[in-house]
Amino acid sequence: MTTTSAPPANPRPKRRPGDRIFAGSAKGAGILILLILAGVAIFLVTESFPALTAPAEDVPGGEGLASYIGPLIFGTLMAATIALLVATPLAVAIALFITYYAPRRIAAGLGYLIDLLAAVPSIVYGFWGIAWFAPRLVPFYQWLEENLGFIPLFAGPASATGRTMLTIGLVLAVMILPIISAISREVFSQVPSLHREAALALGATRWEMIKMAVLPYGKSGIIGGAMLGLGRALGETMAVAIILSGSAAGITWALISSANPQTIAANIALQFPESTGLAVNTLIASGLALFVITLLVNMLARWVVNRRADFSGAN
Amino acid sequence: MSTSTQQPSTGSDAPVSAPPPGGHRTLPTWVTWAVFAAAAVVAAGIALVTSWNIVLFVIYTVVLGTVANYVLSRAVEGHRKATDRLVTCLVGCAFGIALVPLLSLVYEVVRRGAERFDGEFFSASLVGVIGEGGGAYHALMGTLIITLLTTLISVPIGLMTAIYLVEYGTGRLKKSITFLVDVMTGIPSIVAGLFAYALFVLVFGPGVRLGIMGAVALSVLMIPVVVRSCEEVLKLVPNELREAAYALGVPKWRTILKVVIPTSIAGLGTGITLAIARVVGETAPLLITVGITNAMNFNAFDGRMATLPVYAYYQLTQPGVPPQFAIDRAWTAALLLIILVMALNVVARLISRFFAPKTGR
Repeated sequence: MTTTSAPPANPRPKRRPGDRIFAGSAKGAGILILLILAGVAIFLVTESFPALTAPAEDVPGGEGLASYIGPLIFGTLMAATIALLVATPLAVAIALFITYYAPRRIAAGLGYLIDLLAAVPSIVYGFWGIAWFAPRLVPFYQWLEENLGFIPLFAGPASATGRTMLTIGLVLAVMILPIISAISREVFSQVPSLHREAALALGATRWEMIKMAVLPYGKSGIIGGAMLGLGRALGETMAVAIILSGSAAGITWALISSANPQTIAANIALQFPESTGLAVNTLIASGLALFVITLLVNMLARWVVNRRADFSGAN
Repeated sequence: MSTSTQQPSTGSDAPVSAPPPGGHRTLPTWVTWAVFAAAAVVAAGIALVTSWNIVLFVIYTVVLGTVANYVLSRAVEGHRKATDRLVTCLVGCAFGIALVPLLSLVYEVVRRGAERFDGEFFSASLVGVIGEGGGAYHALMGTLIITLLTTLISVPIGLMTAIYLVEYGTGRLKKSITFLVDVMTGIPSIVAGLFAYALFVLVFGPGVRLGIMGAVALSVLMIPVVVRSCEEVLKLVPNELREAAYALGVPKWRTILKVVIPTSIAGLGTGITLAIARVVGETAPLLITVGITNAMNFNAFDGRMATLPVYAYYQLTQPGVPPQFAIDRAWTAALLLIILVMALNVVARLISRFFAPKTGR
C-alpha cells in the first residue's frame, strides 16, 4: 500500500561507545548491590567461623555458642514482640485518623508530624528513654507489681530505675510507629473511592465504612508494614544499649524487673569496643544470627507487600 | 425518602437535622465537646481529691469523656452511631498518644541540650579536658567528613543503579535487584558495621578502626535508600521527553544525562538529602568501626575518629568524675544531632520546592 521510500537498510540502531559505557556502568552499579549483599553474608560467615568451631569453654560465658546466643535471641524477639503488639494497633489508628478523620487541610501536616518520629536518630531515643520515659514508668510498674504480680510477666521486684524489658518494648514501639503508619496510610489512601462511597451509600457510618471497605483492602499492607516495623525493632541497637539494664539474666519472662536478657544488637554495641580475639568472632556470629532473622522477616514482609501491589489496580 | 448520612470522606460532622429514618434522633455537634468539657471538670475533681497529677487528669478526662459520649450516643442515636463515635474518640486518642513522645522528646532534648550550646562547644575538642568545658568540634568535623565520604560512595552507586532499573533493566536481573534493594533497606545498622569491620579485618588485621570503615558501613545503609528514592523520581519523568530526544537522534546516554536527570533534579536532590539525614544520626556502625577519640583527627584513613553520635553515647554512658559536665555535653551533642537531621529535612523540602521543573508555559 505504501509506495514511499524503501525501509532503511539497517534497522538496528547504531551502538555508540558512550552508550555502551553508560549502560555498562549502570548495570555494574546494579550488580555491585547484589555483590554487597552477598559480601555482607560471606564476610560475616568467614569472621564468625572461628567462633562456630571453637571449643565450648573458649566462647565467652564458657558454655558454648548456643547458650551464649540463645538468651540474646530470646531478648531480641521479646522486645520486638512487645513493640509490635503496642505499635501496630496504634499505627493503624493513626493512619486512619490522618486519612479519614482529620480535616483535609491539616491532614498532610499531621502526617509530616508523625514522620518526624522516624527522623529522630535512635541514640536520641535512648537519651529520651533513660532520662524522661523510664523514670515516669516506675510508679506504673510498682502498681503492676502490687496488683498483677501474680502473672509471671509482671513478677517483682519492680525495677526502681524503670530500665526494663517493657520500657524498651514501648520505646521500640514509638520508633517503629512511623514506619507502620506510613505504609498503612499509603494503602488506606489507595482504597478505591467507589468501595468507600458504596459503603456510605448503603447507610454505613464512617466506622462501618472503614470496617467493610478500608480494612479488608488494606489488610496485607498493614501486615507488611508491621513486619517491616518488626525488622526495624529486631535490629535496633543504641536505644536498647542505653536504656535496658541488661544483665546475664538468661531467659526470663519478667518484664518489669531489673534483670533482663540483653538483645543481640545492643550486646554487640556494648561488648564490641572492649573485645578481642575469639570474643569478637562470637559477637560477629551473633550478628550473623540477627542478620538471618531480619533478612527472613524483611523478605516475608516484602513478599506480602508486593503481592498486594501485583493485584491491586491502584498502581 | 430523606436520609441523614454523614459527609462522605472526611470533614467535620455536619449538624444533621433531618427527620430520623430509624426512629433515632441525632445529637448536634457541640454535644461531643460539651461532654468532654464536663468530663474534664469531673476528672479535675477526682484528681484534686486523690493527688494532683496532670497525666492522671488527662487520662481521666479522656476515658470519662469517651465513655460518657458512648453511653449518651447509644441512648439517643442507637448502637451503630455510638460505635462510630467510640471509634472516632479512640482514633483521635491514638494520634494524641503518638504526639506525647514527640513533644516530650523535643522538649527534653532542647531543655537539657541548651545548657552547653555555646561557643566553646563548637570550637574545642576534648583534649586535656577533665570536668568542665570542652566541646565537640572534633566530633562534629568527624561526622561531617564521614557523612561526606558516605555520600561520595553511595550517590554514584545508588543513582546509577536507579538509572539501570528505570532506563535499562529488564527481566530477572531487574527484579532481583529491586527485591534485594528492598531487603537491604532492612539490614540492621549494627550488622552493616560488622560487615565493614569483617571486610577491613581481612586487609588490616584485627582491631582496626578507620574513618573510611564507618563510611563503608554507612554506605551499606544509605545506598538502598538512595536507589529507592531516585528510582521513584526517575519513573516520574514523562516518556514523551525521552522520545522527543530520541527522535532528534540524541543517544540514550546523553538523553539520560541531559534530559532525564535535569528534569528530575529536584526530586533527586530531595531524595539524596533525606538519605543523608537517615545516616547522619547512625551510631551503632560507627561505634564498632570508627571508635572514639578525644583529639582532632580529620584523616579518615588513619586511626580512630570522633563522631557526634558516638561522642554523645560515650559522654552519657562513661561521663567520668564529676559526671554532670560530660552529661551536659552529651545532651548538647544530641540536640545538635536533632538540629542536623531537622535541617537536612528542611533543606530537602526547600530543594523540592525551588528546583522543581517549571511546568508553567
